[in-house]
Amino acid sequence: MRPVPGVRVQVGRDRLIAVPVPVTASRDESLPGESPRSPGSRLLELRSVSKRFGPVLALRGVNLVVPAGEVTALAGDNGAGKSVLIKTIAGIHQPDGGQIYWEGRPVHIRTPRDAAALGIQTVYQDLALADNLDIVQNMFLGRERSRAGLLDDDSMETSATKALAGLSVTTVRSIRQPVASLSGGQRQAVAIARAVLWNSKLVIMDEPTAALGVAQTEMVLDLVRTLAERGYAVLLISHNLHDVFVVADRLAILHLGRMVATGKIAEFEPQTVVSYMTFGRVQPSADTR
Amino acid sequence: MERLDEKTRGLGHDNGGADEDALAASAAEVAVSPELAAGSLRDYLHLWLARLRAGESGVLPVVVGLVAITIIFQSLNSKFLTSGNIVNLLVQGAVFMMLALAEVFALLLGEIDLSAGFVAGLSGVVTAELLTTAHGSWPWGAAILAALLACAAIGLLHGTLITRLGLPSFVVTLGGLLGWQGVMLAILGNGGTLPIQDNVVNDVANANLTPAASWIVTLVLVAAYGFTTWRRAARRRARGLVAPPPGFTIIKIAGVAVAGVVLVLVCNADRGVLVPIRGMPWVLLIVVAVATAWSILLGRTSFGRHVYAIGGNAEAARRSGIRLARVRTLCFVLASFTAGMAGIIYASRLRSVSTNIDGGTLVLYAVAAAVIGGTSLFGGRGKAIHAVLGGIVIAAIDNGMGLQGFSAASRNVVTAIVLIAAVTVDAVARRSATTH
Repeated sequence: MRPVPGVRVQVGRDRLIAVPVPVTASRDESLPGESPRSPGSRLLELRSVSKRFGPVLALRGVNLVVPAGEVTALAGDNGAGKSVLIKTIAGIHQPDGGQIYWEGRPVHIRTPRDAAALGIQTVYQDLALADNLDIVQNMFLGRERSRAGLLDDDSMETSATKALAGLSVTTVRSIRQPVASLSGGQRQAVAIARAVLWNSKLVIMDEPTAALGVAQTEMVLDLVRTLAERGYAVLLISHNLHDVFVVADRLAILHLGRMVATGKIAEFEPQTVVSYMTFGRVQPSADTR
Repeated sequence: MERLDEKTRGLGHDNGGADEDALAASAAEVAVSPELAAGSLRDYLHLWLARLRAGESGVLPVVVGLVAITIIFQSLNSKFLTSGNIVNLLVQGAVFMMLALAEVFALLLGEIDLSAGFVAGLSGVVTAELLTTAHGSWPWGAAILAALLACAAIGLLHGTLITRLGLPSFVVTLGGLLGWQGVMLAILGNGGTLPIQDNVVNDVANANLTPAASWIVTLVLVAAYGFTTWRRAARRRARGLVAPPPGFTIIKIAGVAVAGVVLVLVCNADRGVLVPIRGMPWVLLIVVAVATAWSILLGRTSFGRHVYAIGGNAEAARRSGIRLARVRTLCFVLASFTAGMAGIIYASRLRSVSTNIDGGTLVLYAVAAAVIGGTSLFGGRGKAIHAVLGGIVIAAIDNGMGLQGFSAASRNVVTAIVLIAAVTVDAVARRSATTH
């Protein structure tokens, strides 16, 4: 793991949030060094979002800010609630408490369609590409362009080529080759380009490098950086701290459904991140070093 | 769409105008670069190899197989390649081709329709019944339309049970295989055989175009195919999109033209024994028309694209917002509808319907024809043309072995071996595609 210079983040300041939280009125952390009410760069904001599955509290008053043009990494151990959180943003789950703000306005994201309409696209871990279709067909799947009842393949191919070129994806030999013949990294690139094609502003990625080799991982991380540079907000789930430190601008750490630390990546060290992920707090003793 | 175009063109929307221009320029450059758009022969071959690796073997194996079968049977019996036998073989094969076209819709989803044979039988029986004086001698068009609508309704029932209740298509259509046979027998009663009294319906599988009309129709069809294929390829080349090299397009069009001319020459040669018989059978034209229509539906419409997507990865299709239940139900409707057309051809050929219709064997031949032609049993891969070519292979085996005087038993064994070989090719192609 690459050592990253930086100061220890100051988190865990006690602060009561004005928004009523029906499920759990927990103590919450807000962004260090930033006023919680300043809009502007805040594309997506979650305030005191809670989610309950029967007796299980999957999310406990989670606060999160996802700014445009930055990569926000979401870290946490298994069962910390990362997947529940992104599914809540993607419209698959409904929050039981709290409020989601999109570009400063409170929104209710009830279905994946709602999320897509706002400009939220999710790239799933299993990619959700049809192997038998080619790159263009996959990128336009479900939203084909037609003219006089027949598919307008030329226009779709032109747009797909531009979208890939815009993301500097040039490793695919032909845009008309079936997805089955692509490498893992190329498939990831197609899935990301597909998400970007739909007027999206926020791209959520669930473990985009989980199944990739070193070179492929590099390529996908480059792509994630490119997305942020193009002005997209990226919310990235990753288990791999190396990836997180290479690519992320901001880090948010979940532990047992609570947001235990958020802040700029420079404010974290790998050891503190591991400590937050494992124990939900910074271990004062030297045994985690 | 306009907005989308704009967005994709200027991916760096929020980064200011200069950046956007630079991006648009680089995008335009890439659009014509060989990195993404195959233009040369080498790139096209690479694309072809990529498709092959992904399990899209295309029509090559079945065409090679057909040539091999032809050589074997012709060397065994010189009557095999006479004009009379070839036309006879194609007319015999029309029912297989049509039923295989029906089966392609189910196979593309990764499902199966075992009921197609008896749905076809029922369609023939309904047509024949409505033409009888007992039912007021319906006009032929109305009788056929009623039969086809009944088949579509049957498909709707199958599809609804399969998609809304989540029942396996194997079981639902197995029920259909038994049930529609029962309905067919009930309609026919104890009479056994019901002759068809309408000349138009009987002409469907028994009458020929005049030799002059055969030429005109074929040349018009070949010209239309050549024109649209060439124009499409030329337009794509001009826009810097992936297109075959001009030589490839010319070879393809020339191949179709030669096949058309040979077919007309064979059909127009006198094949009569007592009286001269010349011209292309109507039924071939019907098969070509249906195969073309379904090719366009599957290859050039969003419905067809969704069918392939569901067969390839149903979950991906669902997440893309495709209405799975609707598309799948419609596939079963189309399968039964096409089977209905096969049934009318079958009845027309015999000029009657009878309780002897073996829908069980017919449907197995249909599945075999589709798979031999190159349609995958595992879903997501296959084309309408595969059904036609596979139907010809099945008919050729049947016909060639019949000419040699082989028993039905050995014909079944040979057909089975060809089928297993075809499925093996399919399975191996699929395995190599999924090892990635």
